Amino acid sequence: MSGPVGKATPYIDGVQKATGQAMYTDDFRYPNMLYVGLLRSSYAHAKIKNIDIKAVEADPSVAAVAIGKDIPVSFGVLPISPDENAMAVDKVRYVGEIVAAVAAESIEAAQKAVQGIKVKYEPIREFLNPADSLEACAPDEQIHDHTKNGKNIHKTAELRFNDPEKEFESADFVRKEKFKFAGVTHAFTEPHSTIAIWNGDETLTVISATQVPHYLHKNLSKVLGLPIHKIQVKKPTLGGGFGGKSDPFAHEMITAYLSMKTKRPVKCTFSREEVFITNHGRHPTDIDMTVSCDKTGKISALDTDVIIDGGAYGSFGVVTSYYNGVLLQGPYKIDKFGFRTRRTYTNKPQCGAMRGHGAVNPRYAVEVVLDMLAHDLKIDPCDLRMKNFLPENTLTVGQLRITSNGVKECLETVRKKSDWNERYNKLPYGHGLGVACGFFISGSALPIIWNRYPQTVVHAKLDFDGRIVMFSGASDIGQGSDTMLVQIAAEELGIPMDFVQVEAADTKTTPVDLGSYSSRVTFMVGNAAKMAVEKVRKEIAKAIAKEKGIAIDSIKFNDGKIFTKDETLDLSWVEGVEIAMAGRGAFVESGFYISPKLGGDFKGSGAGLSPAYSFGAFISEVVVDPETGEVNVEKIWAAHDCGKALNPLAVEGQIEGSIHMGLGQALSEDMRYVKGQIMNANFFDYRIPYSVDTPEMDVTIIESNDGEGPYGAKEAGEGPIHPVLPSIGNAIYDAVGVRMCELPITPDKIFTKIKELK
Amino acid sequence: MEKVELNVNGFSQTVLVDSSETILDTLRNRLYLTGTKKCCDEGTCGSCTVHLDGKPVLGCLTPTMRCVGKKIVTIEGISAGEDLHPVQKHLVKNLGLQCGFCTPGVVMTAVPYLENNPDPSIDEIKNSLSGNLCRCTGYKKINEAIQSAAEEMNS
Repeated sequence: MSGPVGKATPYIDGVQKATGQAMYTDDFRYPNMLYVGLLRSSYAHAKIKNIDIKAVEADPSVAAVAIGKDIPVSFGVLPISPDENAMAVDKVRYVGEIVAAVAAESIEAAQKAVQGIKVKYEPIREFLNPADSLEACAPDEQIHDHTKNGKNIHKTAELRFNDPEKEFESADFVRKEKFKFAGVTHAFTEPHSTIAIWNGDETLTVISATQVPHYLHKNLSKVLGLPIHKIQVKKPTLGGGFGGKSDPFAHEMITAYLSMKTKRPVKCTFSREEVFITNHGRHPTDIDMTVSCDKTGKISALDTDVIIDGGAYGSFGVVTSYYNGVLLQGPYKIDKFGFRTRRTYTNKPQCGAMRGHGAVNPRYAVEVVLDMLAHDLKIDPCDLRMKNFLPENTLTVGQLRITSNGVKECLETVRKKSDWNERYNKLPYGHGLGVACGFFISGSALPIIWNRYPQTVVHAKLDFDGRIVMFSGASDIGQGSDTMLVQIAAEELGIPMDFVQVEAADTKTTPVDLGSYSSRVTFMVGNAAKMAVEKVRKEIAKAIAKEKGIAIDSIKFNDGKIFTKDETLDLSWVEGVEIAMAGRGAFVESGFYISPKLGGDFKGSGAGLSPAYSFGAFISEVVVDPETGEVNVEKIWAAHDCGKALNPLAVEGQIEGSIHMGLGQALSEDMRYVKGQIMNANFFDYRIPYSVDTPEMDVTIIESNDGEGPYGAKEAGEGPIHPVLPSIGNAIYDAVGVRMCELPITPDKIFTKIKELK
Repeated sequence: MEKVELNVNGFSQTVLVDSSETILDTLRNRLYLTGTKKCCDEGTCGSCTVHLDGKPVLGCLTPTMRCVGKKIVTIEGISAGEDLHPVQKHLVKNLGLQCGFCTPGVVMTAVPYLENNPDPSIDEIKNSLSGNLCRCTGYKKINEAIQSAAEEMNS
């Protein structure tokens, strides 16, 4: 490759971001704009007896009021569980749920006015922990009336192959452990924000901080009863998502409704407290993990029972339930395999998809249990893992198709770089090393809403000015997908990147892309972009070949030139474009991506299917103070197989960011509730690692060159978080000999365990 | 409402403000200088950092009335639309930014820090940024970018 693909490439919007010129949703304003004020429930579970809006309707600063009954159509990102309303209709299901809204002339007026709405509640029994939700209750106590057998279980996902339980009866070594994980949240820096504009032509424009313009588009149409061709959703620059902006949200429905009602632009931006209350973060999780192996360390069976605390609504929860199990089918070959996940409804803010979706907590559990087995067998934990890796080009027991696989190289790399063989199990008391591996999908092979369309389409437009414009629905959320589109066009056409511009994430002008979730963008959008630009190149070559009477195949594109090897043709890019434009003018070429047909034919076989999988291995070095229980992660060696790094800077950035986020969940982050009320909805009390808390990082990119990925690329955005947490947990064991099975691993927990040990 | 004269990025203008509002809200909502970001609005993240008489302050904790008679500089005043400041240049070049939302605050923290500490170690840079929350980068590339900026400013 002679162009920018594979080279460290700063983001195309980097200068705008560094100078404050990048426009995020809240930075837009429109003439005559109104502001939304939201009234939120102070009850975790209560019937709404009455809502009195009279006083507010008379307020001259208020242009419109809305309550649940005004837009009662339910919605949700998954069509199988659309269980949420824009505002509570007959009852509230968590503290902070939106009950009513106003649109007023200023932010202050909106916030003041909304407090004038009076709501009468009748409290119902609250379900605040999953154990209660697993039991049957009275019909009018059920959180949702669609759950079965009087229980508040949203989903049970279960798969079992080759009877793992039977294997445990006769296996040489069996380890069964219980794990407990606190809920954590995305904590992106840009709060949720939405602007809705009712246009003069009876169409609606919604500008929103969303990772999924397409799903927002569809859900707005459903809730508002507005034909889908009359809605435009645009994502401007977005300040971080990590899965936390990958659902359609209630405030988006409300803002759009208020704009339709008032025929004026309306803006809604959340406070940080509201961001925490909205949540959609990683589920609090309880895991029973059982793994067996033979005397040589070969894994014979795995079975796990998982309970995840979903909160009040569905979100991505059905997928999360499956991912807690199915993504344990790699990176190790396990032929006797089973899991059951139960997702409970509780009266708390909903949980959903967060970086590493559904697989981070069970990954911690399995990697810690493997570490225990290595100790039982007196085998080096790296050696035990090396014995068990899946090969390339194979099927897992549940028929996930593994193609490229660089996991061995990942582990060999970090083992060597950390000087593992000389240092593991040999460091002084209080110092330790730990290892763990990772495995993740590179895009979900199945769309959320079943259809026969491609998962993404990219248009490449060429005009007389020689400029290529890439039209893509892909949502750049900071991961650099806009820059990738430019790199690919420049690579394929042999032109400088400044000839290429991007129009992205606008459902009126860009073809559908399903969104920035499930680590799908590089793989799917990259392939579609490449196809579109290859077609542009062919069209140019065809025109030149015809005009000059030369063979199409002899025409090369490189370094801003269009030429033949024998130099009979030597055109600048712009001269070539002029020939291509003759008699036809500007043209657009289209590329698309559809996953190959994958998977078995059993129920649940679709979960975890991906056209490719990423792999990784990390080693952490920690220092634990046995007197206080304080952990300091000194260094992390990270090796991640992303197939091919289209932009090594961005891939490193994803790995380093994953280390930061994994460290936070491992050691400090914890969504704390008392009686359903969140107690730490701010950055003082919800502790995210700051610069001084982050370890030294040694990042290696492993390139296994996937046969179907664009230029061989796979994902890098989510996979690298998985090994972070268990490598820290295992390093703590090496340091002070205590097994930490409850996250976050706060000093008090370590201190108590050390005391018990003594 | 109070009528005040504010000097922002070297330019004085008269603004009507609420006596209790912060300079962050005045900048964003009244002067439409949206480069300064509102992330937490309670002094925990550093995204709203601006300079008051050359010193970095948190815009969300600084009443506008306290800024009267002082020189306010925002991210829009750093490179004055011309060449990037070395801190900005290296943040872009080294990908010390991803989503970019914390970036104006990082720039506004690092610029005066480097003016007073021309040759910092990586640990000193980490300490200087301990009030700036970034959720994307893991800070490594930010720290390195600021070190490169220091080197360029010294050369």
